[in-house]
Amino acid sequence: MKDSLVLLDRILAHPDSRCWFLAWNPSGTLLASCGGDRSVRIWGTEGDSWICKSVLCEGHQRTVRKVAWSPCGNYLASASFDATTCIWKKKEDDFECVTTLEGHENEVKSVAWAPSGNLLATCSRDKSVWVWEVDEEDEYECVSVLNSHTQDVKHVVWHPSQELLASASYDDTVKLYREEEDDWVCCATLEGHESTVWSLAFDPSGQRLASCSDDRTVRIWHQYLPGNEQGVACSGSDPSWKCVCTLSGFHSRTIYDIAWCQLTGALATACGDDAIRVFEEDPGSDPQQPTFSLMAHLPQAHSQDVNCVAWNPKERGLLASCSDDGELAFWKYQRPEGL
Amino acid sequence: MERVSGLLSWTLSRVLWLSGLFERGAARQPRIMEEKALEVYDLIRTIRDPEKPNTLEELEVVTESCVELEIYISEGTHSTEEDINKQINDKERVAAAMENPNLREIVEQCVLEPD
Repeated sequence: MKDSLVLLDRILAHPDSRCWFLAWNPSGTLLASCGGDRSVRIWGTEGDSWICKSVLCEGHQRTVRKVAWSPCGNYLASASFDATTCIWKKKEDDFECVTTLEGHENEVKSVAWAPSGNLLATCSRDKSVWVWEVDEEDEYECVSVLNSHTQDVKHVVWHPSQELLASASYDDTVKLYREEEDDWVCCATLEGHESTVWSLAFDPSGQRLASCSDDRTVRIWHQYLPGNEQGVACSGSDPSWKCVCTLSGFHSRTIYDIAWCQLTGALATACGDDAIRVFEEDPGSDPQQPTFSLMAHLPQAHSQDVNCVAWNPKERGLLASCSDDGELAFWKYQRPEGL
Repeated sequence: MERVSGLLSWTLSRVLWLSGLFERGAARQPRIMEEKALEVYDLIRTIRDPEKPNTLEELEVVTESCVELEIYISEGTHSTEEDINKQINDKERVAAAMENPNLREIVEQCVLEPD
């Protein structure tokens, strides 16, 4: 199980501070990292090694918590504890801060770009989720402030093909939002986790959503459309989401991040017990009651909590991770032999 | 054990009293916590196993690195101990609070041991 996840490289990305998050650009050639040192770093390959191509250190006054690339790959958004979100435009090898989005009352915890490239979402400890529209002139406008959660919102993620937004919160729930007549509304609340939900990931088809929590479990939620064959009730024209699988007993601490590989369907988790785990759905498992098996478990992947895991969007099995110890690591995942 | 938990609960009650300055929360200073873990280890390693002549350390039942600290407010000492426990154990909330220089200063004063 250890051999299925092999270390390729380890870098001290954010010395003397935490590395909080990583994001691959859409072409899989660059990796952005961010941390407690208030900087964003861009990493690329030079031959066989990873080197730092840029350091963006003038954008924020406090920890940078998350980064996200636009679908076209020309922009990078960074969310910070300083309550702002910076939008950086790529100019050859460098990045320039073109806009700073303000409005949240306190720490911004996450930022995500919709697949269309025209919408951005942010969320904060102020309990709200904001939806922003961006036009051709790079002008950003807040089009909705959603106050559905009752506590700190930890993460936002967009559906891979629909304009559907999901958020995860300290209030132990996951919420889904869509546009209805020019405004955004909360169309579903997923309950089940027994503590803070830290992160979310949609599967490649967008029919399933994985969530991970401080309750040490991963939950898989399945979307049921109105009129579905399985007879799952829906309210009006909104799809229903049902928890179809819970992975418990695998993680011994809070699970901070989860990533669903869009190429292979493998599910990776980042855990407070310093380990990285990879799960895969059992072949032939019932889509309404799927089963997942643990394919790789690497204890001490880092010397401290693993905060983020990210699958490369183009290269199968290439996984990046980062930790409270400030390090960034690259791994090659290969399904174990004979399985 | 008692000395450690006494210091922790005193620190936390001071921080909570002063927490009108921000929403709620306490702090966790990594260096201080490491020292506390070592203090705890120091206290337990000389305990003897009743059935053997050796200490727990000699029997390798405990090691320095096996002591981890999770902070919990004892039940009944505060009406929202569950709320506080959840916040204290949320490292993102703690990290954000510790970036506030005023709060950091206050907490550092609280954990400063008289020499």
